[in-house]
Amino acid sequence: MNGLVHGAVYGGVIASVLLTTIAFGIWFERKFAGRMQSRLGPTIVGPFGLLQSVADVVKLLQKEDIVPRDADRPLFDLAPVLAALFSLGVAAVVPFSPTIIASDLDVGVLYILAVGGLMVIPTFMAGWASNNKFALIGGMRAIAQSVSYGVPLVLAVLVPVILSGTLSVSGIVTYQANHHWFLTWPVFIGVPAFAIYYMAMLAESNRIPFDIPEAESELVAGVTTEYTGAKFTLFYMAEYVHTLVGSAVGAALFLGGWDGPFAPGLHWMVLKTLVLFTVVYWVRWSLLRLRSDQLMVLCWKWLTPIGVLLVLGAAAWVQFVPGGFQ
Amino acid sequence: MEMSEAHAVLASARRARVDPHLSIKTYDPEADMMLLHFGPQHPSTHGVFRMDLHLDGEIVVKATPYVGYLHRAVEKLCEKLSYVMLTPIVDKNDYVAPMTNEQALNMAFEKLLGVEVPRRARWLRTILAELQRVASHLLWLGTFTLDLGGALGGGSTLFLHCFRERELILDLFEDLTGARFHYNTHTIGGNRHDLPAGFAAKVKQVVAVIEARLPEYAALSLDNGIFKARTTGVGVLDGDLALELGITGPVLRASGVDHDLRRDAPYHAYDELPVNVVVGHGGDCRARAEVRFAEMRESLRLVRDAIDGVPEGPINGYKPIRQPTMAKSTGGQVYVGIETPRGELGTFVIGGGDTPTSPYRLKIRPPSLHSLSALPYILPGQTVSDAVAILGSLDPIMGEVDR
Repeated sequence: MNGLVHGAVYGGVIASVLLTTIAFGIWFERKFAGRMQSRLGPTIVGPFGLLQSVADVVKLLQKEDIVPRDADRPLFDLAPVLAALFSLGVAAVVPFSPTIIASDLDVGVLYILAVGGLMVIPTFMAGWASNNKFALIGGMRAIAQSVSYGVPLVLAVLVPVILSGTLSVSGIVTYQANHHWFLTWPVFIGVPAFAIYYMAMLAESNRIPFDIPEAESELVAGVTTEYTGAKFTLFYMAEYVHTLVGSAVGAALFLGGWDGPFAPGLHWMVLKTLVLFTVVYWVRWSLLRLRSDQLMVLCWKWLTPIGVLLVLGAAAWVQFVPGGFQ
Repeated sequence: MEMSEAHAVLASARRARVDPHLSIKTYDPEADMMLLHFGPQHPSTHGVFRMDLHLDGEIVVKATPYVGYLHRAVEKLCEKLSYVMLTPIVDKNDYVAPMTNEQALNMAFEKLLGVEVPRRARWLRTILAELQRVASHLLWLGTFTLDLGGALGGGSTLFLHCFRERELILDLFEDLTGARFHYNTHTIGGNRHDLPAGFAAKVKQVVAVIEARLPEYAALSLDNGIFKARTTGVGVLDGDLALELGITGPVLRASGVDHDLRRDAPYHAYDELPVNVVVGHGGDCRARAEVRFAEMRESLRLVRDAIDGVPEGPINGYKPIRQPTMAKSTGGQVYVGIETPRGELGTFVIGGGDTPTSPYRLKIRPPSLHSLSALPYILPGQTVSDAVAILGSLDPIMGEVDR
């Protein structure tokens, strides 16, 4: 019972904080993109346009909820809800400080991979249920991409698991706090593993250069073509939450999570998460989009073999290097 | 021969001819194909263009382009209005390069009416045409990367930067003509507006700014790994096929055919200001991009060379026309083709008829229409993503395609 209350309270707080962060994260991204593109970004709503996301949400919620006549209504309605649910669900096991964690699962990493991997289901549900050709192609691409990039993602995440000898996310962070961040040592395993994780995370959360399921210049809006109003808002939000939580997981697994000098752990965790989050948008507003077959080539010919090598390397490291594994 | 028999013979002849749509190796009528209506309401069809794509998975098996959604009966309108009223009408044809539209039309009228253009006006037209070429290619580069990178991504970054530089050129045009877009500055026999004071210095400044920034744009596009992967070997157009389809301009030169009306049939002041024609090789999207990049540099060089040497003299060799009835043609027909940013823009005029003050018939040959005719040949075998890239690389402007 105590655990339930703890989970409910922390889960509720973390979910609310995440969603608020998203609102200002979108404002930040738009300002950031604006500066990159020699324009100002939002300036009208609130000071410095800070309330732009609030205005956007209010506008989106007022929109008419259009459902295509031949759509599969139950699936069509369920998909955005599931998308929001799954993307928020991953946050449950992310430790924001030694104490702020909704549920400190012993198999936290497994949970992250499982729930994160479920994200493809609402995307495909939306693509299928919309009864729209663009949405269908988008859903088809989403499945190919998510299933493929799940492999390097798992391989990259296995590296910190092997190095620290635990599946618990807070255990991995504690290990890094006691020894060293996996990004910094062993650097020849940690850096490529982090790079693979980051690319797979970009692909899983549909960000440029891997945003082919929604590729708006080709597929209008991909799986969300037929969605309007509140349902579209949920999809949109789920994508941002996925990116933010993915950044948080990356910070926890590779960058030592809450570990850092001079400041409380929470500050460090938030800082690292936001830096990774910003880099996502830096990449997004600089690069063009890959084609889906090139995406597959990158995944299966490069990321997956390198990932396998890294897992073997990590295993060899803990086995043969003295002091490699305590 | 019986009528039905004749029909049968015709039909079999038609069947025996190789249909470009059906001769594709990947075409299998038994396979499950999806018909995707691509446009006219689509974010990256560059206006209201429509393609019907038969898809096998994501591979295009057959592509059928449809044009005509922007038809405005410009040619018919030209038969009703008098010669001097037509310049602002054709401004709207190729709305990305209105300067060259005006020039093509007025050059045809000058040839029909036998009007000599003074040397200063010819130099002025050259400078305007080349500046317009840079502006048009900048807009092309922006929209092409939009097609490759999405409106919510790196594509829009380059897009907005290209627009920033294009603004500089539009500012120059505004200084000269008072309008940013639909200038109405060319008339029969010359130009309406002379160079304002300090124009040459401004032009040189703008040219320097754009020349300095082109390498940055190349870094974001030509030299970018993803751009290379998306364009190399995509949409290969054979030079012979391009010639047969009547394709001109950068698309033809990217296919390795050395053809440029500015050098091959000089008009304006191109006989005094020789152009180094840029010829690409490969005929893929990347070659088209490289050709347009090099053409921007070449045009900037040409403008820089020309702006100091503009000769003194009148800018109009014709008595300024105050009344529409003053320009009259008793007959005859002429064709004038000039090299616009998109290729050979031809204007064919028959004079005379019942109303001597307006053309009896006016036909415009838009280069974009011919570029689009390559689509059924080069799209099959490519993916949907490539289809967008290929369409963008052809740089079609629906305003001139449909007229």
